[in-house]
Amino acid sequence: MSAVDTPFAAPAGLQASWYEASARQRIAALLDAASFEEFIGPEQREQSPHLALFDLPAQFDDGMVVGRGRLDGRAVLVAAQEGRFMGGAFGEVHGAKLTGLLRAARDAGSMPVLILFDTGGVRLQEANAGELGIAEIMRALLEARAAGVAVVGLIGGRAGCYGGGSLIAGCCSALAISEQGRLAVSGPEVIETNRGVDEFDARDRALVWRTMGGKHRRLLGAVDAFVDDSIAAFRAAALVLLENAPAFDARTLEAEQARLERRLRDFGDCADALDVWKAAGVADAGAVPGMPAAAFIALADQTRSIRHDAR
Amino acid sequence: METLSYSHQAARPAAGTKAIALVGVVASGNLEVLVERVAPGNRCEVEIHTAAAGFGAVWEAVVADFVERCSPGGLRLSINDGGARPDTVALRLAQAVRAIEEDAP
Amino acid sequence: MTLDELLASLFPQGHDVRSSDGLVLGSATLSGGRRADIVGVSGRTPLGVDGAIRLSRHVLDALARGGDGPIVVLVDSDSQRMSKRDELLGLSEFLAHLSKSLLLADFAGRHTIGVLYGHSAAGAFIATALSTRSLVAVPGADPAVMDLPSMSRVTKLPIETLEQMAKSTPVFAPGIDNIARMGAIAAIWDGDAPLAPRLEALLAESPAREDRRDRLGAERAGRPKAAGIAERVRTLALAGQ
Repeated sequence: MSAVDTPFAAPAGLQASWYEASARQRIAALLDAASFEEFIGPEQREQSPHLALFDLPAQFDDGMVVGRGRLDGRAVLVAAQEGRFMGGAFGEVHGAKLTGLLRAARDAGSMPVLILFDTGGVRLQEANAGELGIAEIMRALLEARAAGVAVVGLIGGRAGCYGGGSLIAGCCSALAISEQGRLAVSGPEVIETNRGVDEFDARDRALVWRTMGGKHRRLLGAVDAFVDDSIAAFRAAALVLLENAPAFDARTLEAEQARLERRLRDFGDCADALDVWKAAGVADAGAVPGMPAAAFIALADQTRSIRHDAR
Repeated sequence: METLSYSHQAARPAAGTKAIALVGVVASGNLEVLVERVAPGNRCEVEIHTAAAGFGAVWEAVVADFVERCSPGGLRLSINDGGARPDTVALRLAQAVRAIEEDAP
Repeated sequence: MTLDELLASLFPQGHDVRSSDGLVLGSATLSGGRRADIVGVSGRTPLGVDGAIRLSRHVLDALARGGDGPIVVLVDSDSQRMSKRDELLGLSEFLAHLSKSLLLADFAGRHTIGVLYGHSAAGAFIATALSTRSLVAVPGADPAVMDLPSMSRVTKLPIETLEQMAKSTPVFAPGIDNIARMGAIAAIWDGDAPLAPRLEALLAESPAREDRRDRLGAERAGRPKAAGIAERVRTLALAGQ
């Protein structure tokens, strides 16, 4: 299918909300106009072969859109998850599309990769295939990085970036996140089920966001950029992060080992994110959740020890 | 899962030249419509995959009404249904035709 | 197999492996005097930030020391540790860092071998067993991506129904056979034969670094589509480059 014949409906502009946009709207607005060429598009009907067993409807693209486009004139490979289909979860076909894209990035060596995360993790109806897919994605991603390719993750959708998706994110060269974004291995309900509501009340949205949300992840150093919830902001962050990707080598991993060990020393006894932020030097930790994006970004940029290139 | 197929003769061909369009998402209460300009002449073919079995009569009525309103001649519309209400289905079908007619003058 | 039985069978030439708080760390001598570095999780322990950071340190130490000896990952874990504290501190980075350490060692020519001898699940499974170049299973191997009671809660299907459905597909239910059919397992070392010769043979075989698990999954009819889809996307993306 040619670039001018993209099957997207209802374009969203650069000022549109990332959170509200579909995977296809994000791609179309993020990249240079009409530059996107999809690989194995919906008309190929490569759907899940497993959902029918559970009497669940499939989606023509299995909730993963992959292709090539241009970002400020430069060729990039892009993958975007549709968080509203099966919670953006990884199934066999969904995962394989991203695996293939990353292997191409490794082999070409000349095109960076953008991964637009929007996922609850493994799709439980295809749990084993999803899990293997995630392991293969991580390997292919790191092979691409070892070949000098930057892989940047963008997190800000409805499903967040959970489970195996968060492990893939942890392999990226760099990550950008919005306030709406969440990044964690276990979801709030699972923690509550496992540890009790006194430790973690999954319905306490403020608690969920303090623990797993974009602002906390920025102040912790778990992500590299915090952005406003607009496609324009994610685009600007992507351009910056693509330029400064750390090498995947022993030096980077030793630096990451050191920063994670330091994090445990500095914050390992903190009971809540508010304690983490105070320990990190934020003067008015309680004001953080309500802070508008621009003010928060300025605060984060001043806060000690979260700037690093060790990922 | 149930698969339903309907074939109609539309009054006119769909406008524009785009070969493909896609609207919607397979989420609860929603549906996706893949529309392709591949049906012969002014035929309009609609194929529906749905987990909610037994609503054939409703789909049939919605599709017939859509063909009459939108004249989607030459189009094949393929639907993956997430349990959408008839008005949502009608909306998406109309959006799909508008999307594939997007480059019409 | 218990951890001690496993260690004795894998490393009859001697080892200094210790297990404490569910973390397995140490080294062993292979025949011919070569050193193997060993990390792992024992006692079906959940893997949290504190454990993961120690395992990755050991892997990076092995890498820094140089040489071409293998790194063996022994796995009998629970899932990732599911707690407020682990998520607060960014567990995803710690688990990803462990995977990265193992994969960097692999890329540097150190054969990473996972030995699944008990349970493992979800994020812990990915960060340990599934981050090795070769994954083998010994008696007692019992992996799960998700347990059936949790699946039952989420899908609202009774466990008996899920068990019945699992008879017709290997794609979701726990167990070593299903995971093997996905293409994850290089070999199942069952029976009573000693493991050391099998380990030596695997090391001598020196399997290609290329990830063949999806192709294996297709051959074993567990993942009919993944390998083909990945290859088609790879080819399309490279066209015209």
